[in-house]
Amino acid sequence: MASIIRVQNLSKQYYLGGPSAPYSTLRESLMDLARKPGRALRKNGNAPQIWALKDLNFEIERGEIVGIIGRNGAGKSTLLKILSRITEPTTGHVELFGRVASLLEVGTGFHPELSGRENIYLNGSILGMTRKEIESKFDEIVAFAEVEKFIDTPVKRYSSGMYVRLAFAVAAHLEPEILVVDEVLAVGDYKFQQKCLNKMHDVATLGRTILFVSHNMGAVSRLCQRTILLDEGRIVQIGPTPEIIQTYTVSNSLGRAEYLQPTAPDKAMHLRRAAILKDGEMRAEVGYHENFSVHLEYEINRDVSGGNVGIGLFAADGACIFASADFDVHPELLELREPGYYHADIDLPAQWLANGMYVVQVYLSSAAGAVVYDCPEALVFTIVDTGTPGSKYGVKRLGILQPMIEWRTERQNP
Amino acid sequence: MHTVRLPAEPLVVIQPNKRWSLLSFKDIWAYRELLFFLTWRDVKVRYKQTALGAAWAILQPLFMMIIFTIFFGRLAGVGSSGIPYPVFALAGLVPWTFFSNAITASGNSLVGSANLITKVYFPRLIVPAAAMLAGLVDFVLAFVLLVLLMLYYQIVPTIQVLFLPVLVLLTALFSLGVGTWFSALNVKYRDVRFALPFLIQLWLFVSSVILPSTAIPPKWRWLLLLNPMSGIIEGYRSALFGLPFDWPALGIASGLTILTLLYAIYAFGRVERSFADII
Repeated sequence: MASIIRVQNLSKQYYLGGPSAPYSTLRESLMDLARKPGRALRKNGNAPQIWALKDLNFEIERGEIVGIIGRNGAGKSTLLKILSRITEPTTGHVELFGRVASLLEVGTGFHPELSGRENIYLNGSILGMTRKEIESKFDEIVAFAEVEKFIDTPVKRYSSGMYVRLAFAVAAHLEPEILVVDEVLAVGDYKFQQKCLNKMHDVATLGRTILFVSHNMGAVSRLCQRTILLDEGRIVQIGPTPEIIQTYTVSNSLGRAEYLQPTAPDKAMHLRRAAILKDGEMRAEVGYHENFSVHLEYEINRDVSGGNVGIGLFAADGACIFASADFDVHPELLELREPGYYHADIDLPAQWLANGMYVVQVYLSSAAGAVVYDCPEALVFTIVDTGTPGSKYGVKRLGILQPMIEWRTERQNP
Repeated sequence: MHTVRLPAEPLVVIQPNKRWSLLSFKDIWAYRELLFFLTWRDVKVRYKQTALGAAWAILQPLFMMIIFTIFFGRLAGVGSSGIPYPVFALAGLVPWTFFSNAITASGNSLVGSANLITKVYFPRLIVPAAAMLAGLVDFVLAFVLLVLLMLYYQIVPTIQVLFLPVLVLLTALFSLGVGTWFSALNVKYRDVRFALPFLIQLWLFVSSVILPSTAIPPKWRWLLLLNPMSGIIEGYRSALFGLPFDWPALGIASGLTILTLLYAIYAFGRVERSFADII
């Protein structure tokens, strides 16, 4: 199949500080010019430089959904900005065989004073849709966002959930050949996130190509067949998603037994601490035969009803093992949480997870259904092989779980 | 929805230091609907957010006219060529107000749209252009006031009034040129925001708004030719009141307008690609 994106020797250099600091004043420029005329004209004489991207080479085929992962500062956003023509590369070039639409943020250009209807037109045209396209998709967009009743209300009166849904709905109805998406799925409630993921999946099956940057390994592994791992502006590895996520998870962390957050008093709910505990002690490594718990501490700053505190457990390749919420067993928490400081302990059984690395996601969502807190990699821990059923006999068993399950075996013919 | 077919040649090649070229005009044409929507947004938001809404378009030149009439009305006796001073002043103030508002809005437009520029690609020239075009709505409203005042003083325009659209076009193009240049400069030097109001105040005095160009000693009058706004504003009066046109002044004003615009687009194009990095 033919490539739709061809990237060759792509590099991007940024100057840090120095003569071309983010923005200068006229006075500074004039003084520079007076002091050292030669240097000032030869722009950026000896300012410190950084290569945000260095010698990237890759091709993407039509209809692929490709994930781009890496730590903060690895160059993911810079790459997306170059592909969506917001900034230009320093060297190298990119050939695009199709129309690109970029979605680096939902609701770009939304104006709070304008109504939902007006913002659909405005945002649509900013994202590159023609008026005809917007008109033909208008009803679909409104239905997708579930804001029919408020379509003529200024969006400043929308709840944050409605706002985000409308913004994403416009973006989801773009029909470019190439869609570049940055982390926008980290919005809205869980149900809406699933809807967005499905929508993106549908888009790709129609032969459109998607580049998807995310920290959410679950979403990447669900959506993308191939993934690019970036680190310090270079490509570490390109390949099948599970492999790449594994490389990333293993290289990224030697385990994180505790996650701390400073206060944020303006939020209704706020995660303060998460930890992996074994008998009250923090542990980044847990033996196969040990039971342990995920410990959460969070603050409720005003009455919250319909709120939700949950965790997700992910394997190193990004596959979700399970997700659990506190109201599963305590439905009363769904009705009301009063202000205060809360502790929650989630007990996980011994002899259950196979040895390997695991990631715990923590999320808090408030009454409006919007995620107020989502940390996809709050905790990282390793299950150490202390004699899993397979390894005892030198066999590597398949499967994420290696549970010790009771077998009732009886000989039937005496 | 339909599946996509790939073209044989890349639609877009992204590479460093692409020279400014006519291609960018093709790009702007492709994004003409965005130009319309951004203009429409500016107009709509302004009239929604302000208590007096559209009235501001009229109040601003109206009060300036009243103040000018009180202070300069008698001084101008000779110069205003038999036209009552209030109409004389307003005929200058209406285009002047458009010009000063347009260059202020355009000049600050890029910095004000930082969130768009760092998130989406589109030809950046659309931003100052939309800011200028939004001012045209105010201009039309203020013009209605001018027409009413002319009716009051029973001034009947001659055939020369047909020249008016050309003058409006010249004003718009000159505003676009100045505004575009300032908007690009503003990205790099935030001094522009503070310098602009000051510059506009000074500029007013050399634009034949308060007094006709003939009020200036003949020795210095050639200096006014360097300011296209002076020629253009005198042109408005000639067109509206049937006075003789100062063709050389208008010709020079048109020439300078085109030069300003070309230079502004050139300067803008040179820094356009780095806006997202420095804004």
